[in-house]
Amino acid sequence: MTQNYRLDNIGLINRDKKISFKFNGKNYFGYEGDTLASALLANGVHLIGRSFKYHRPRGFFGAGVDEPYAIVQLYRNNETEPNVKTTEQELFEGLEATSVNCWPSVNFDIGAINNFLKVFLPAGFYYKTFMWPKSFWYKVYEPIIRKAAGLGVASTKHDKERYEHKYEYCDLLIAGSGPSGLASAYAAAKNGARVILAEDKPRFGGTLLTSEVNIGNQTGKEWAENIISELKEMPNVIVKNRSQVFGYYDHNMLVMSEKLSDHLPKTKKYHPKQRLWYIRAKEVLISSGSIERPLVFGNNDTPGVMLSSAAKEYLKVYGVLVGKKPLIFTNNDSGYETAIEFKKNGIEPIILDTRKEPNSEIIDEAKNLGIQIKFSYVVVAAKGYKKVNAAEIAKISDNKNDLGTLENITCDCICVSGFWTPTIHLASQSGNKTTFNKDIDAFVPGVSKQSETTLGAAKGTFTLAETLKDSFNAGYELSKKITKNDNKISHPTVVEKNKTTHDKFWCVPLPKGKNYKRFLDFQNDVAVSDIEIALKEGYRSIEHVKRYTTLGMATDQGKTSNLNGLQLVSNIENKIIPEVGHTTFRPPYTPVTIGAIVGREVGKHSRPTRKSPLHSWHEKNNAVFVDAGVWLRPRYYKIGEETLFEGSKREAKNVRANVGVCDVTTLGKIDIKGPDAAELLNRVYTNAWLKLPVGKARYGVMLREDGIVMDDGTTTRISENHYHMTTTTAQAANVLSHLEYYLQLVWPELNVNVVSTTEQWAGAAIAGPKSRDLLQKLFPNIDASTEGLPFMGYIEADLFGVHARIFRISFSGELAYEVNVESDNGNFMWEKIMEVGQEFKIQPYGTEALSTLRIEMGHIAGSELDGRTIPYDNSLEGLVSKKKDFIGKRSLDREAFIADDRQKVVGVVPIDKKTSIPEGSHLVKDAMAPIPNPKLGYISASCWSVEYDNPFSLAILKDGKNMIGQKLFAMSPLKNKTIPVEIVSSHYVDPKGERVRS
Amino acid sequence: MLHIKCPHCGMRSQNEFSYGGDATVKRPELNKEVSDQDWNNFVYNRKSLRGKHKELWQHISGCRQWIKVERDTATHEIFKTAKAHEDI
Ligand SMILES: [Zn+2]
Repeated sequence: MTQNYRLDNIGLINRDKKISFKFNGKNYFGYEGDTLASALLANGVHLIGRSFKYHRPRGFFGAGVDEPYAIVQLYRNNETEPNVKTTEQELFEGLEATSVNCWPSVNFDIGAINNFLKVFLPAGFYYKTFMWPKSFWYKVYEPIIRKAAGLGVASTKHDKERYEHKYEYCDLLIAGSGPSGLASAYAAAKNGARVILAEDKPRFGGTLLTSEVNIGNQTGKEWAENIISELKEMPNVIVKNRSQVFGYYDHNMLVMSEKLSDHLPKTKKYHPKQRLWYIRAKEVLISSGSIERPLVFGNNDTPGVMLSSAAKEYLKVYGVLVGKKPLIFTNNDSGYETAIEFKKNGIEPIILDTRKEPNSEIIDEAKNLGIQIKFSYVVVAAKGYKKVNAAEIAKISDNKNDLGTLENITCDCICVSGFWTPTIHLASQSGNKTTFNKDIDAFVPGVSKQSETTLGAAKGTFTLAETLKDSFNAGYELSKKITKNDNKISHPTVVEKNKTTHDKFWCVPLPKGKNYKRFLDFQNDVAVSDIEIALKEGYRSIEHVKRYTTLGMATDQGKTSNLNGLQLVSNIENKIIPEVGHTTFRPPYTPVTIGAIVGREVGKHSRPTRKSPLHSWHEKNNAVFVDAGVWLRPRYYKIGEETLFEGSKREAKNVRANVGVCDVTTLGKIDIKGPDAAELLNRVYTNAWLKLPVGKARYGVMLREDGIVMDDGTTTRISENHYHMTTTTAQAANVLSHLEYYLQLVWPELNVNVVSTTEQWAGAAIAGPKSRDLLQKLFPNIDASTEGLPFMGYIEADLFGVHARIFRISFSGELAYEVNVESDNGNFMWEKIMEVGQEFKIQPYGTEALSTLRIEMGHIAGSELDGRTIPYDNSLEGLVSKKKDFIGKRSLDREAFIADDRQKVVGVVPIDKKTSIPEGSHLVKDAMAPIPNPKLGYISASCWSVEYDNPFSLAILKDGKNMIGQKLFAMSPLKNKTIPVEIVSSHYVDPKGERVRS
Repeated sequence: MLHIKCPHCGMRSQNEFSYGGDATVKRPELNKEVSDQDWNNFVYNRKSLRGKHKELWQHISGCRQWIKVERDTATHEIFKTAKAHEDI
């Protein structure tokens, strides 16, 4: 195996380390430091894939982020990744890649038939053709189009890689490590600023790696290496390669993706694959350089046609020849640099220059080297299907309208240079309104919007001397502004060859009788003719033209195509480019993998898991857990092979028969203190609070200002000015914010403080007919009789040496108490309750039994307080004071809220007393009525009543108060069930509430 | 992500705050007659301004204080911030 296109004595790759890889099943090798693109080119492989629409053969066009078509499906460590740019993917041992967009193979592609049908696939083709009939779109057209024209295939497996997020602050963030990035970073770092320097490529230095310049007494490359190694040693500098700053957001927040492991065969253990940096920078220096523009001519998408700067980079960085008979087609001096590199390495290039008689040092050098140059010449069309094998060229008239005689010239690649487009994406994202610079025919950043400065080629400065001078200066001035230091270093002298002006000509006219496709956007197959059609059809706004033709869309986001598209629109429309404007640049600048955006917030880590202090006891006792908001709560305690249904039924029955204990630590708890605490409660709750005595609890309901129930719970008066409020588990945080809102903003005159104490107290609810006996045994010194501790009473007592709060409150409808101790004593309390409760046949019960108990008692909870119900709907109207004002009261007389047939909570029992009704089922009058069947209500909660041993549900039903005894149907299209039901009272068990008061 | 200066804690990232809407809305006083129209305006109707907007934020993962922020809704520029009881 020899690499026919690799030179021996040029390049920055490590020739001591061979790396083998596979492309489309075939084995190749490259070297450490190669990209997949450079390694394939070294092996003479130019055919990479097929284009999106016409399935034309695709090769390499660039050497970096701007690559529009050399994308592959990558396989790494048993995973696959779609749409990977070969020009960015570094080679690693065992890398495998396959072509995308071709079936059955890249060499014989059935989709290429589109190429011969292309007359039928003009701009807007999809919009025009596949609109009718509507049902055909998703049944017929879309699946076929997707199969024929998809890009890569996403993996459906769980991504086992680790991605991290990092937050960082700095004085100066510098995006890009070319000459301007290095110079400004160095000047700022020397002046004491905290600097982050980010480079998207593996190697630092940008264009200094490939250009023939001298800085001071070093070559550009040596200078870059020395600056970087010095920066790396400085404690105030973070230097990152493989790191793309892809988004510029508000208030100088930038996001950068760092690829730590994509270049390795597999990610090291405990290491992340990628890291997303959120960087808040005081100042941002954008040194993102520029991207070469293509020239447009016939079949300019043929493999072998590529940017001249890319050809130079493959040669100087990777020692790879993109061809051995290169044709250089240029409208400016940059093409000459590439030609000179070819010549120096023993290759004979031919230069076609669109200009008539340009003069500069670099042109002289080319002439002196004996390179063949044809002035006023253009490439009319590339020849060859899967690879360039010749070019049709012609002389062009001075006015650039007329072509001379067509000539054929043999070549194996065409390196094009249409001058340079500054990379203004970040500046534009910052809000900077860009301006059009006629000298370089491109947009450049205008007045800074945030604290950002653009330098060097990114703002259209194309000489090294000026770039370095500006950049040293900017680094110094900005760092001085921040650090107040004044340590200025002098900038070095620069030796570079001068260049002359470029030619504004970029689009070669079609010769008579030929209709070559001239492509603007290589990724989306948008040709000159497509733009012409769009304009003919009346599209004017560049944003509309973009969407209609897909110009500048997809993974490369038009990095090479945008400006030429604009030029074309402006030519046809006879407008100047600034009037046409450019489409909006939005982050990300380059594709970012979803994994990096999500970071560690995956699965159980997507939000914090909260556990009660009793969690380990639950675990040891076979609790099956359920997510309750962010909390993990025992759903039931499994004995043997018990199902949820069996276990929860056993637990609920035991509460009704004996006594059970439930962990209620998760309830929200808010401590309320201050002389106006009662007044606050009186305003927040719907019922009266001013006369609640010390040592008593009261149930309360609070509303939002729109009259909807926000939350419910009990609040206990601990002492004169001290209250203990409980909230539902789900609303705890919202209720606290709600109280703080009114105390801080609406009624600041109230002298009250509130603080969350949810985590300070562990809570156990003891419920059942034997709970009093158990309590008395736990606290021998208290009077647990109903006289000593009545319903809604509160006392503090000593639990075997531990301070405890005892509330006689009930959620289960049984005689019940809630005992709270400080969280650290939670386990002690729980174990004492279990130990002492033995003789009363105590069993722990989970949320499922808890729900069963509250549902059959008709106690409303979260599923009824669903943000759509008012107190009346929940049969809580008795708690709404007529005498005093409170939050949300004024809304309660809204027309719909006082309507005669207003919805109300009811009980629902299946007629067969067997079939459980799925939660969420709709209640309807007639199960056979045509769709849409009028919905009268919905099932909010379902259980198996342990009292009656049949299913029972709660529902919110229209005109609920008059519906008791009616027969309806509960329909669940999701479960495909229709169940005849009878409406009953919501208080299914103990309707008078005698048990809790016993 | 915005960078908001909490008057109690200093510059903090937006993800420490929660948004609280228009700061100029005044709740009608308790126990006073309020017309349907006024109540409706208080509960539901908000202007969707383009430009300078006085709004409330709560420093929910910090000092838990509600603060006032004057922000440009189009550019996100923040002109000033104030404590709950201060005018902005
Ligand atoms: Zn704060």
